[in-house]
Amino acid sequence: MLDNNQLLRFTTAGSVDDGKSTLIGRLLYDSKSIFEDQLEAIENTSKKKGHEGVDLALFTDGLRDEREQGITIDVAYRYFTTPKRKFIIADTPGHIQYTRNMVTGASTANAAIILVDARHGVIEQTKRHSFIASLLQIPHVIVCINKMDLVDYKEDAYNKVIQQFEEFSSKLLVHDIRFIPISALNGDNVVNRSENMNWYQGAPLLHTLETMHISSDINKVDARFPVQTVLRPQSDDDNRDYRGYAGRVASGIFRVNDEVTVMPSGFTSKIKSIDVLDKSLNEAYAPMSVSLTLEDDIDISRGDMIVRSNNKPEALQDIEVMLCWLNDDAAKPRAKYSIRHTSNEQKAMIKEVIYKINIETLDRNTEDKSLNMNDISKVKIRTTKPLMVDPYRENRTTGSIILIDDATNETVAAGMIV
Amino acid sequence: MSKYYLNYLDELESEAIFVLREVWAQFDNPVILFSGGKDSILVTHLAKKAFYPARIPFPLMHVDTGHNFPETIKFRDDIIKELGAQLIVGSVQDSIDEGRVAEEKGKNATRNALQITTLLDAIESNNIDCAIGGGRRDEEKARAKERFFSHRDDFGQWDPKNQRPELWNIFNGKHFEGEHFRAFPISNWTEMDVWNYIKRENIAIPSLYFAHEREVVWRQDSWIPNSEFLILEDHEEIVTKKIRFRTLGDITITGGIESDADTLEKIADEVSGMRQTERGNRSDDKRSESAMEDRKRQGYF
Repeated sequence: MLDNNQLLRFTTAGSVDDGKSTLIGRLLYDSKSIFEDQLEAIENTSKKKGHEGVDLALFTDGLRDEREQGITIDVAYRYFTTPKRKFIIADTPGHIQYTRNMVTGASTANAAIILVDARHGVIEQTKRHSFIASLLQIPHVIVCINKMDLVDYKEDAYNKVIQQFEEFSSKLLVHDIRFIPISALNGDNVVNRSENMNWYQGAPLLHTLETMHISSDINKVDARFPVQTVLRPQSDDDNRDYRGYAGRVASGIFRVNDEVTVMPSGFTSKIKSIDVLDKSLNEAYAPMSVSLTLEDDIDISRGDMIVRSNNKPEALQDIEVMLCWLNDDAAKPRAKYSIRHTSNEQKAMIKEVIYKINIETLDRNTEDKSLNMNDISKVKIRTTKPLMVDPYRENRTTGSIILIDDATNETVAAGMIV
Repeated sequence: MSKYYLNYLDELESEAIFVLREVWAQFDNPVILFSGGKDSILVTHLAKKAFYPARIPFPLMHVDTGHNFPETIKFRDDIIKELGAQLIVGSVQDSIDEGRVAEEKGKNATRNALQITTLLDAIESNNIDCAIGGGRRDEEKARAKERFFSHRDDFGQWDPKNQRPELWNIFNGKHFEGEHFRAFPISNWTEMDVWNYIKRENIAIPSLYFAHEREVVWRQDSWIPNSEFLILEDHEEIVTKKIRFRTLGDITITGGIESDADTLEKIADEVSGMRQTERGNRSDDKRSESAMEDRKRQGYF
């Protein structure tokens, strides 16, 4: 692997029958990422179950209950590497009752693979997966039209799916959509170019994943640095005067001598140094973890945000959020929750449910005010102190929140600031 | 603007540092679980980066089975001295002596499962609310679903079907008295990533990882090192081989592979051509299809 190789995170959503597990198994198998002992284990299980040959789908089934039931119920992470990139797959279940798992897998993804069965075309599930990709602002969507072997590798079937997809996707906010005709079972256009579909001029899936331009996906304009903790060496160490603000650049670029403002206090200063273990840097950009020191002695603590003075986020106590409910227990009306936004934590109350989205039809329901598991709703939230926010579509880090139920400590909801 | 992106190793490093700083910010009394293996050495190195120029602000904890490679213990003591860190040792021998656990019997007996009790006892008696581990999701299928911040109930148990959702990089470490968390900063690293990074950063690791001559016996498809704990079967024979270890666990269960790789470069090359997973040489994982999941549910690393 070369030094400039990037990391690409992609998500797959799919249900039992659409070939998702087979596709992932195929990607791993053909890119030689499955080890012999893993393959042996799968071969044994395949035999026990009476399958012919090796069932590649078994490779992605993790926990005992899932192996027994043959379903994927949680997000599982898979890894493979090619000479061009390292890949992390967030493998999620596709049924509507697992919407929260899909949302989780989508939250960190650079790309989404959406599987469509060539025989059935765009179905409700396709729309749901596409909507989630759009809602979570996954920058790239790859629609894999699978099971082309079952429609005799005909171009018509492929074109029909594209047309169906484009009809409804105009309502979504996805900037980059690509279509690839594949057969995961036979390996057509997954790693190797298919010899059965000469009419397809585009690249196979793996090549697409390897070459897709992702470095401009990160917001490089709005410089945001949420402070995680303050580094102050003990008095018996060297550097006892050091006072560094540790964090990970959420977006934008910080340079030494930049004029910065600390929010919410509003104090201004200049960046004195940008430090990592072995050296000091001239600049830091997302998603680097660094320590900043400032020219002036200002009271800064976890939850504060350092931003460039000429470009500040809004400090808001009332926010509108697209909220996905993640918990078995429904939201209690006007209940208080802890809200986490970057490194900041406050108390919050859901003031109003504006509408709930029917994620099969994308229709808005303004009557149903309940928030149940897997619901996606637009809500108004009020916090006890201001949060320094950007809209989610501009900034996935400073535009996202979670809600925690103080009675159980569980993460009950995830939200994207409108 | 094209130069403003990180390569994969820098991105993994940045993510791990972020997680370590979150642990420090969200917990009162975290420790690094330090086994002397490459993954816990890597986590310790990343912690040094995360808090520099301050020292690593929490202790290292070693669950000592008593079945150690002597090289591992020396390495542990050296690194503690260098970091100026505090070391907490939880002793499996003590757990046995106190009657908390019973030793397994027979030739394949190991102290692997006994560690769970010692670990949970050490966590409780030291009031630890977060134990940072070097677990990676690529190691084993039960670990593929592990969170960065992983909740353990007041019996130290993992409930894989009821895990907290983890979205973006917002980690929820809230817990009640008596509960604790496991944190896994290198969740997203693969074995290859670990070696590439160790090579790049020139991180010191125990000599056991490099090819060396050693007395071994062929058992369960790998070379098990000779030690005072080894019970030979009639048909087994001790031979001297040039081997190295891909992972380090107890000396009783960690199998070596024949190898000439005696530098970090050669190890990285060798690993990139490997066709077996690293845990394939660990007899603790061979016991059943869900061996790891079952141990993890009870509180294993």
